[in-house]
Order: sequence, then structure tokens, then C-alpha cells
Amino acid sequence: MSGFPAAAKEALADTQLRRNLGKATTAIRVKRAGAVAELSDWEALREAGAAIKARAMATLPEQLERLEGRVTRAGGTVHWARDGAEANAIVGRIAQDHGAGQVIKVKSLATDEIGLNEALELRGIEAIETDLAELIIQLGDDQQSHILVPAIHRNRAEIAALFERTIAQGQRLGLEPRSIAEAARKHLREKFLSVPMAVSGANFGVAETGSIAVVESEGNGRMCTTLPKVLVTLMGIEKVLPEWRDLEVMLQLLPRSSTAERMNPYTSIWTGVRPGDGPQEFHLVLLDAGRTQVLADEVGRQALHCIRCSACLNVCPVYSRTGGHAYESVYPGPIGAILTPQLEGLDRAPTLPWASSLCGACYEVCPVKIDIPTVLVHLRGRVVREVKSRWSPERVAMDALSLVFRSRGRYERAQRMARAGNGPLARMPGPLSGWTTMRELPDIPPQTFRAWWAQRDATGAGAPGGIDPTDTTGRSHGAP
Amino acid sequence: MSARGDILDRIRSALGPDAAAPGIPRDYRAAGSGPAAGHADVVARFCERAAEYRATVRRVRPDELEAALADACREHDVHRLAAPPGTPSPPRGLELFVDDPPIPARDLDQLDGVLTGCALAIAETGTLVLDGGPESGRRALTLVPDFHVCMVYAAQIHASVPDAIAALAPAATEGRPITFVSGPSATSDIELERVEGVHGPRRLVILVIES
Repeated sequence: MSGFPAAAKEALADTQLRRNLGKATTAIRVKRAGAVAELSDWEALREAGAAIKARAMATLPEQLERLEGRVTRAGGTVHWARDGAEANAIVGRIAQDHGAGQVIKVKSLATDEIGLNEALELRGIEAIETDLAELIIQLGDDQQSHILVPAIHRNRAEIAALFERTIAQGQRLGLEPRSIAEAARKHLREKFLSVPMAVSGANFGVAETGSIAVVESEGNGRMCTTLPKVLVTLMGIEKVLPEWRDLEVMLQLLPRSSTAERMNPYTSIWTGVRPGDGPQEFHLVLLDAGRTQVLADEVGRQALHCIRCSACLNVCPVYSRTGGHAYESVYPGPIGAILTPQLEGLDRAPTLPWASSLCGACYEVCPVKIDIPTVLVHLRGRVVREVKSRWSPERVAMDALSLVFRSRGRYERAQRMARAGNGPLARMPGPLSGWTTMRELPDIPPQTFRAWWAQRDATGAGAPGGIDPTDTTGRSHGAP
Repeated sequence: MSARGDILDRIRSALGPDAAAPGIPRDYRAAGSGPAAGHADVVARFCERAAEYRATVRRVRPDELEAALADACREHDVHRLAAPPGTPSPPRGLELFVDDPPIPARDLDQLDGVLTGCALAIAETGTLVLDGGPESGRRALTLVPDFHVCMVYAAQIHASVPDAIAALAPAATEGRPITFVSGPSATSDIELERVEGVHGPRRLVILVIES
């Protein structure tokens, strides 16, 4: 056992983790449903959201060129990065040009995806995470486990204890989230006021106006995009929105789906450089890193529509039990199960498309209507066809079935054998036993339809015209 | 080839020659479909929703503004306020530091709070919108101090998010920085519960001025 099944087994054995996750995901599920029910036009917003993203993807070259033109005209510099290494090099070079030994960071999945912090460290530059949850992860030398709340697997007592060991030594923080947050405020304030460069991600980039939007809660995003002299934003190419007006849809869909709020506390929208206000140097790095490869799959490309709300994680019966670490990726949960294998290559994460019961809850809550179950099934097919060896159980079983179905004689013999094996095969052997330890195989009926039909002829009931029993092509009109 | 050329080529080949761009069905409540800005119901809803995010909301007549401002500052023990150049003179007992020339961030950090107006507000979500103009001020002004008191005229309150986005289009086209503020600074990072107070102003007072 390796990949998701192995990691999930380990996670499921951690009872504290399951309690923390269960509590948080249950609470947010209920709240999200309330926030969504408040809007009478929610379904219309979802339809519009899905279409906006589909349109952005279908016209992507044009939108990226418009965005580039607008940002450049507003005094920003636009860079293009084919992969993570190129993006890391661009950001590292900008930091070195400014002699920045430290950079402050707004939570950004794209930078985590390409390992920016580690790449900067190799250049002797320290990346300081300023989002509370990211800080918890960084201080605890931990791994993030949720798109929105990376430290969802930690409860308040664990966080308070971590802070008392690190940034709030000698203090008693207690279990009040407010005092825990206060410790983070004090710790980071000096960094905001002194570090010369910040790195952010982008929730949206508007092609029409050149505006970049960052949606957040704590104010660390505002700090990073306002106070430093230099701002670098790393944006996946799929984050572009064609029109300014599209924000009226996204800024309703995203906060209600993610934190179940009518609106998140802070949204910062800026365009290039504003003289006298905010960073006086702005760089936008447009990142491919596998996104064009996802775009080439007509079924799978809808994974690029994701606005990173994390609603699908919170409703998923698999995620809410295993947590995010089992997915072994920056993108966990249902969206991760379709995004990670496509971004990194099916051979790198071949078990993820199976990390689902296909219950469909993720599709129902997705604010941009990504049909995750359909993409999961599609990717399972691709993994079996493209990655698994000829001797994998799926391939062997499907090849055998195809052989059997091709010939009537073989098919009927197989039916007789199945009846004979009904008893002994109630538990399937070898690699197939995983299926039958939890489920019973259905009983095979004592007589097949074909046998019944033949018997019916023999007893003289007479078949109505239409089926020639001597037809050996295997094609018939009613059976099997 | 350049990274730019490569990426654009990869996108074009991924999309194929006949990528159809779907139209956008905008059957949701669009801008202008609800009550007008400043309508009594809209103002009432804004006050209710902003208060739900634990902002302190006061409704005042123009002649009560000075007293309300003085009260709010006294309650929060605030005496020294930063303000953008477009701010009217403050009530007695308050010291105003006008952001002209711009106040360095470290000095802002030493002040008790900031007094500003705003570009507009959104009733449905209880949101204030700042646009870097003479009423809203520079972004740092409303960010570094721990206390923010914001004056909103009833006529500036729009019903919905689409109404606000439509009204903000000229500012966006002009490239002005736009900040949405919904309640005081908060986090949901501890057990997914919204609690106030991380890096932005932890206390937010909104004075809604009736026309």
C-alpha cells in the first residue's frame, strides 16, 4: 500500500486529528449552508461563475495579454514563468536586486506549490509567513492540511502551547483565540514596518483593468501589499478574469463558500503602482507550471476554474476524516484529487483519483460548478490506460472481460463458471480481497436469461419471431 | 523562445483551433435591480449587517456628527487621530494629524487611531469601500493605527455587491487602490471561528450620517 491509501490509514489512526477536523468541518458546513441560503440568486451566481471561468480559459491568450498591457501601463512589470524553477528564480533575483535578506509573505498556495520559501532560503533569503495559520505551520515545522485554514488539524490548546514555546516565550496565552491572535500581531508588527519586500499570491487578476485582488481576513494581506517598497505577486495563469464586472460574481461566491461570511474582512485590489500610495515597485509573475497541460484535457480542464474556497474539503466524507496530509499535496480534498495528478502528472499521484466515494457533495457546493466526480472517473480511466502496467488488476480484469464479452461461447462458459464459483469466490483472492472484506459479492442467479430462453423453446412455448437462437455473433436484442 | 511566447503557444495548442468562448448568463440580481443607494431600507440593512461583524455603528444627523465623534473617541480612549487631507476639522479635545505630507508608517503606529470618510458602502454585506481618494486617504492610513472611525453618508450606501462594483468601475479604470473593509480585523484560523483582531485595526466605528 502506498500513496493516498497508506497515508490515509495513518491519519485515520490519529484520534486527536479526527476530533479537531470533525469539529471544524462540521461547524463550517452548517454556517456555509446558512450564508448561501441567504441569497435568493445563489444558483444564478454559480451559473455565471462557471461561465466566467470557462470563458476566461477559452480566451486565455487574449486575457493574459490584456492583463499584461494594463499592468505595464500602470507602472508594473510582468514576468512569465514556464515552471516553478523559473518563477522562483525571478522572485529570488528581484529580492537580491534590492538586497532584501527577508521577505514577508501573504498566504499563497501558488508559492507553496513551487516551493518558493525553500528556493529563497537557498539564496540566503528568509521568507516570513504572515498569515496566522501559515505562521503556526512555519513555527511548528508542520505541513498544511487545508486550503483556507492550513492549521485546521491543530486546536486552540495546541496553538497556544506552540506560541508559548516560540514567539510568546514566558507568557501564558490561555485558550482565548483573541490572545493567541494578539501574540501573532505583536510578533509580526515590526516585520511589516521594516521588511522592504513582500510576496503575495492573487485571487483574481482582472484583464480589463489590470487590477489584482487579494481576499483575506487578518489584515496581513493589506500590510504586505501596502507597506513594503517592493511587491511581487505570483499568479497562476488560470486566475485571470476577463472583465471588472466579473468581480461582482466572484466576490459574492468566494466569501460565502469559504469562511461562510457575507464578506471577508479585507479585500485589497490594486493596479500596478500608485504614486505616493503603497509599494513603488510592482512585479507580476504569471505562472504556468503544468496549467497548460491541464488545459489540454477537455474533461479535466475545469479543475482550473477553482477559486480555492475549500467548500469541497469541508463537505467531503473522505477529507473530513483523513485530513489534508494524506493527499500529500498543497491541494488536498476533492479539488486536490483532480488538480494534483493533472498538474504534477498522473504518474506522480496515481492513487488520488480514487480518494473519493463519488458521493457528489463536492459538486453540489462548488461555487463555480466544477463537476469533480466526473473528472475523478475520467482520471481513473486515464490512470489505468496511461500509467498502470499491463498486469495491474484493473487492466487484467478489463482485458479479460473484453475477451469474454467478444464471444458468445466464452460468455456462456463464464456464466456457468461464475455459478459454480459462487460459494468459493464469495471472498475474492489476492489484490481483489480489498473489495470483499467490506462487501459481499451479489449472489449469481441459478439460471441465466439465455438458459431460461433456450429452455422455454425446448418446452414448446415457442419464441415470438425476432431472435434467431442460431445467431452466433453474440449480438442479441434482449439479453444478456 | 521566450517564456512568454512558449506559454502562449502551449495555451493555444491546448485549446485547439476552435475553442468556443461561452457567453455569461447574468441572471443574478444585477446592479440597479434593487433599491437605490441611500434608500431607508438600504441604510437600515447596512447598519444591521456592519454591526453583526462587531463594528460599532452610530446613526447621526449632520449636526450631531461632532458630538458622536467625540463620544466614540472618548469611549475608546483615543486622542490623537491621523486623517486624510479632505477631513473636516475635528471636535475639541481631539488632536488631528493630517496626512500631508504623508505620515511615515512608524509614526502612524504611534497614533491612537484614524478618522476617514469612504468611497461607498455595501448594505448586503456590511462593507466599507476605500478608494485612495481624498476622503479615504492612502492605504497605510487606515491600516496601521489600531482604531478606525469612518464617516459614511447615507447616500453612499449601495444595496448590493453588483451595485458597488458598477459604481467602482471608474476608480478601477483609473487604477486607484480599492480596499473592501467588512468589520474589524479578524481571523478564522483557529478552529474556523471568526474572532476579531490580528493585524488591521481591531476596533472599527462607523458613523452613518443621515441626509
